[in-house]
Amino acid sequence: MSGILVVMEQRGGRIARISWEALAAAQRLGDSANITAVVVGAQTEVFAAEVAARAPGKVLRVEHALLLPYTPDGYIAALQQLIQREEPAYVVFPHTYQVRDYAPALAARFGQVLISDVTAISEVPLFARQLMQGRLSGAYRKLGSGICFVSVQAGAFAAESASSVTAGVDLFTPTMDAAQIRTRPGEPYRAAAQTVDLGSAQMIVSVGRGIKSQENISIIQELATTLGAEVAASRPICDAGWLPMERQVGSSGQTVAPKLYIAAGISGAIQHLVGMKGSQCIVAINKDPDAPIFEVADYGIVGDLMEIVPALTEAVKAAKQ
Amino acid sequence: MKIIVAIKQVPDREVPVRINAAGKWIEEADLQFAMNEPDAHALEEAQLLKDKHGGEVVVLSAGPERVATTIREALAKGADRAIHIECDDLAHRDALGMAQLLAAAIRLENPDLVLTGLQSEDLGMGQTGVIVAELLGLPCATLILHVDKNESGIEVKRELEEGWFQNIQLPLPAVLTIQSGGNKLRYATLMGIKRAKTKELRRLAATDLGVASAPVVSLEQILLPQKQKSTQMITGTPREAAATLVERLKTEVHVI
Repeated sequence: MSGILVVMEQRGGRIARISWEALAAAQRLGDSANITAVVVGAQTEVFAAEVAARAPGKVLRVEHALLLPYTPDGYIAALQQLIQREEPAYVVFPHTYQVRDYAPALAARFGQVLISDVTAISEVPLFARQLMQGRLSGAYRKLGSGICFVSVQAGAFAAESASSVTAGVDLFTPTMDAAQIRTRPGEPYRAAAQTVDLGSAQMIVSVGRGIKSQENISIIQELATTLGAEVAASRPICDAGWLPMERQVGSSGQTVAPKLYIAAGISGAIQHLVGMKGSQCIVAINKDPDAPIFEVADYGIVGDLMEIVPALTEAVKAAKQ
Repeated sequence: MKIIVAIKQVPDREVPVRINAAGKWIEEADLQFAMNEPDAHALEEAQLLKDKHGGEVVVLSAGPERVATTIREALAKGADRAIHIECDDLAHRDALGMAQLLAAAIRLENPDLVLTGLQSEDLGMGQTGVIVAELLGLPCATLILHVDKNESGIEVKRELEEGWFQNIQLPLPAVLTIQSGGNKLRYATLMGIKRAKTKELRRLAATDLGVASAPVVSLEQILLPQKQKSTQMITGTPREAAATLVERLKTEVHVI
């Protein structure tokens, strides 16, 4: 029991970046030679070749017609068989919506708990993950024997660049039956055509729960207009219908990396941070000095955004004259 | 349709939290608690289904005595009755241990549908519903924004990443984890609050549920998060702070 399985995920026909990061995290847990990158699907050849060019150890294709489209029942059944055969020490996943959908049940099938959304791995090993919406960090440890299931957060581990040798690829065919799959997934769709491309914005003024009411959004809009910036928001604002969904930044919205990101009244839960922490300069305005948004901010102002944002608009106007 | 909604009481997000002396959990003494927001959306979705199709909404929560206030809140919002699994050792139970408790209580009720929030605002593991489904042998879908009942079961709207969605058909009984924002939360009315006092609140002792498994993961230590950047904190009156910030954005960041 020294092997490490890393379940890779594709998005839009390519291996998602977060999967390479999961592979990098796996290298903190053991020798590269013991790492097997696992690709799952109905036709995995191309996908496996892409992984083999960069993976440090081996690549294993878990292939069956019933593995497309994704269903939790299908993935759990296939990966359970693979894990039983391989008896790894660790199974590492990228922390995606898909992984959240099946990995906790897969771990439970082995009497284990997925240590989810891990941001760092230190000796023992201890797995760091956020608590209390990012206000605290917890160090988790696996107890007893048995397989350790871990999922890693986007952006927490630096993805390795290409490996010099191409990894060997093996095929594993699970035994599956159509009756095992109880859910019938439809085709993915978008609610409406995306008309706002926050991804290419140079400056963004983003607003969160701290704004308190819909009427107050106007002060954010004024600051954005004055700066020549786009308006964006954290999830609760779009959930409330105060700004359209297409202006949402975070794991369920858009990922942005502008030159300037002003976060007003956003506490900085991980779901928001993953969507904006790549910004070149982050300004945080929040009444709570312990808000996690300040951990990623270059400049911070503690105070009431209802006072600071209008003052900022005036100061920008003055500076532009 | 009989729907069970598993709700969790969590520290109020507006109230500051402090790490306790042992460094293993937060100081609960002066804390205020509230219903986990995604669970409130799960409760709302259950009530919308009941409004449309009839049936019963039963709330289920595990925790110490204090949890009863959150249960009452759910009853005041319109849940028909409640089950409180009494246990004082939440901090020592891992996600599997917690799900085993809930699954044992759910099994006694034999519901058509089990709903819960997609994750808690305190631990944020996002696993309880998925593990409960596994333990009960039921189909499951996560990150659900909307539920429609039809002849062969339910059709749900699932949120995918980056603004994508997907509809999924599931047979009943099933377990769903509900994402925030799919529905608008109702408030408890004065009448609702009055009625809640007379509704059935059944207490189950955790020890009576016949669940006894040792934890497989432990929270060893709680720390303040590490700063990822060195932040320049700007002080002064709003007007002073604004002027200083604009100056920095001009001279250091070159964006104005």
